[in-house]
Amino acid sequence: MADVNRGNRPLSPHISIYRPQWTSVTSILTRITGNALILASVLIVWWFLAASYSEDYFNTANGFLTSWFGDLIMFASLWAVWYHFLAGLRHLYWDSGRGFELDVAKKLAYGVVIGSLVLTVITAFIL
Amino acid sequence: MPILTDRKRAVGMGSAKSGTMHHWGMIVSSAMLISLVPLFIFTFGRILGAPYEEVVAYYSRPFPAIVAVLTILVSMVHFKNGVQAMIEDYVQGTARKVAIILSICLSYTIAGVGLFAIARIAL
Repeated sequence: MADVNRGNRPLSPHISIYRPQWTSVTSILTRITGNALILASVLIVWWFLAASYSEDYFNTANGFLTSWFGDLIMFASLWAVWYHFLAGLRHLYWDSGRGFELDVAKKLAYGVVIGSLVLTVITAFIL
Repeated sequence: MPILTDRKRAVGMGSAKSGTMHHWGMIVSSAMLISLVPLFIFTFGRILGAPYEEVVAYYSRPFPAIVAVLTILVSMVHFKNGVQAMIEDYVQGTARKVAIILSICLSYTIAGVGLFAIARIAL
């Protein structure tokens, strides 16, 4: 029984002791945006269901999605989906074994943040 | 005083041996979403806010309807696998299993409802 004292051992330093960096912040934002998009997914599928059901029901769902609160959710989700899209491309690039040099990784992080903001503004402007 | 040997305590605690397939599934679904997501943003975004008749007419056309169906289906598969990875990172024990089961049920429910609704509009 070499290790009787389980559960009370020192842990390695974890994220709480590190200063936030572009790479770490853009990483956790990928997870946050991806999972938060479930809200827009539920709303959009509800909108489709309502449209398939009746005009009255559609007006209820459409009224919510196009209200200021619905607009806010959809606009935030638009940024979230573009951010997650670019961050996903970054992951596919990393999966090819490239882009791990510190300066490249940092530039990719800038690209994801700036690119997502630009795409959001362009999309909102076009649509 | 624990009576299990160190070896016995460790057996069965290793990798579940399904991580590679899980990761591959994320790569495949994300590859498909590269084209679907922009197509969905620009088709759905264009019609959101239009009156009922226009929306129904728009989604009776094959292209917007197929884009919406595929986007909902593939993104829910992608969500199912992605949220599972998050749950496995942050939740332990029975709560982990319950959370994974609920998230999978939610993914399939959204996909099923979405497919039904669009089929009903389009057909």
